[in-house]
Amino acid sequence: MSLLLEVSGLGKRFGGFVALEGVDLSIGAGERVGLIGPNGSGKSTFVNCLCGTLRNETGQVRFDGHVLNRLAAHRRTRLGLARSFQLPRPFPSLTVGENLRIPIEYVVHTRGLGRLDVPARCEELLDMVGLTGRADDLPAGLTQVEMRKLELARAMAAEPKLLIADEAMAGLSHQEVDDILALLLRMNQDGVTIIMIEHIMRAVMQFSQRLVVLVAGRKIADGLPAEVIRNPEVERAYLGE
Amino acid sequence: MRGKHFLLAAVAVAALVFGAARLVNNGYVFFAGYVVLQYVVLATAWNILGGYTGYVNFGTAGFFALAAYTTVALEKLTPLPLPVVMLAGGLVSGLLGLGMGYLTLRLRGAFFSIATLAMAVVAQTFMVNWSFVGGSSGAFAIRPPRTALFGIDYIQYLFLLMLGLAVLVIVVARLIERSRLGDGFAAIRDDELAAEASGVPTLRLKLLATALSGAFMGMAGAPLPYYVTYLDPPSAFSLAYAANTIAMPLIGGTASWPGPLVGALLIATMQQVATVTISSAVNLLIVGLMLVAFVIAAPYGIIGWFGIGRPDRRRGRKRAVPKLRERDA
Repeated sequence: MSLLLEVSGLGKRFGGFVALEGVDLSIGAGERVGLIGPNGSGKSTFVNCLCGTLRNETGQVRFDGHVLNRLAAHRRTRLGLARSFQLPRPFPSLTVGENLRIPIEYVVHTRGLGRLDVPARCEELLDMVGLTGRADDLPAGLTQVEMRKLELARAMAAEPKLLIADEAMAGLSHQEVDDILALLLRMNQDGVTIIMIEHIMRAVMQFSQRLVVLVAGRKIADGLPAEVIRNPEVERAYLGE
Repeated sequence: MRGKHFLLAAVAVAALVFGAARLVNNGYVFFAGYVVLQYVVLATAWNILGGYTGYVNFGTAGFFALAAYTTVALEKLTPLPLPVVMLAGGLVSGLLGLGMGYLTLRLRGAFFSIATLAMAVVAQTFMVNWSFVGGSSGAFAIRPPRTALFGIDYIQYLFLLMLGLAVLVIVVARLIERSRLGDGFAAIRDDELAAEASGVPTLRLKLLATALSGAFMGMAGAPLPYYVTYLDPPSAFSLAYAANTIAMPLIGGTASWPGPLVGALLIATMQQVATVTISSAVNLLIVGLMLVAFVIAAPYGIIGWFGIGRPDRRRGRKRAVPKLRERDA
């Protein structure tokens, strides 16, 4: 399996608060990795540093052979690193179809591999996430789970190599969690490497081939899910002494 | 309507407007019409940044007056044909927009707006202290009675140039709306973080918007010395330009190019009528009252009454995919 993402010694501070310290992580192409940790453990900061929303102060991020450290977020997306947001952030004045058009125009068409049939691609993406026929609706008319699906469809519209799904199931019902889970698994089968950040352990365990645990900005475990959850340090972080 | 057809239609409407004004054969029509057209340009230019990307610029007077002073400086250095001077003014203000954008576009919301206002104050202070262009005592520009190019009255020539500029800025604004650039601007306006995550180069697009908007404002300001014949900092940098230029798109609607056009035609015409029938002192009162009325009664502006730019009226109309297809065809 070829290495897609290689993070070494990643560090980030906010004033005196150490959000991330010396985080190392390697992910191979096609892998499904779960990233867990208690609230405030640095998961979102880690994602933001990977995606370019925040600049890491120490360490290096290599993605698909490129060093990302000084690259703006949009350039990382163009290289194939896409994300969905913890709280869905659709473009509210644009329809669902137009929301998908943005990454197609600004990512796929800038790769110089010819132009896609945008409407057909939008319909294909909407079919994939189960929003068939909703292209003309505004995001405000979508339910919570539909909003999450739009968020994932928009990330997929950029045709990423690596998708970071940041708490894509938060606040959803049991059935809705299963829907999103099935969707993420299908995306992975289509060849997209996925990092899933999640608190719902049932989903994490079902999805992940590998589990990484962050606590207080440090990586404390990385391995097979069944082994990681039995790790005493992980138990301590979640359940206390 | 395709771009070429729209351009032809816009030129035809402009020709009709000029022909009708010539038919009236009254110099005041051209004097008043010039101001109305100037506001059409300013409002549309403002909307490129303020309406499309959501960055509210309070510094219109700075871009506008800087180009007017460029005209004064060029007049003293080397007199050039007015269209060339307008291009030079547009270039100077466009560069100012680029510089201002680079310095301030990391600011958002009210902070950006205050920074643009500060830019106009700094530019005014600079002009007050630059004696070459008249300093605080102002500068005179001699308006020739006729233009050599068409042999028409010079004020008609100014009117014609502003009419041409209005056509240009409207065509460009429409082109932006219907292009990838317009989608990028809309994404920035809606959510900058999500736009960046969707591959939109937000900083580059915002710089482009400030430069374009500033350049058109500058092109509108460049003929000002020949219109007023006397230019001094307080009138050139008047806050009324900023207030009018913000109010017109808001009243007309910011979502699409007809909004600033309708807003400017309505407000500027009312102001011109009020100037001759009551007093120019009521001009800002008109703007203030209209703005309050429209914010309450028509938050999407006049064009919102017709469903243009109203997200709530778009739902269920089943047109985004056909629209996508139409645009990609």
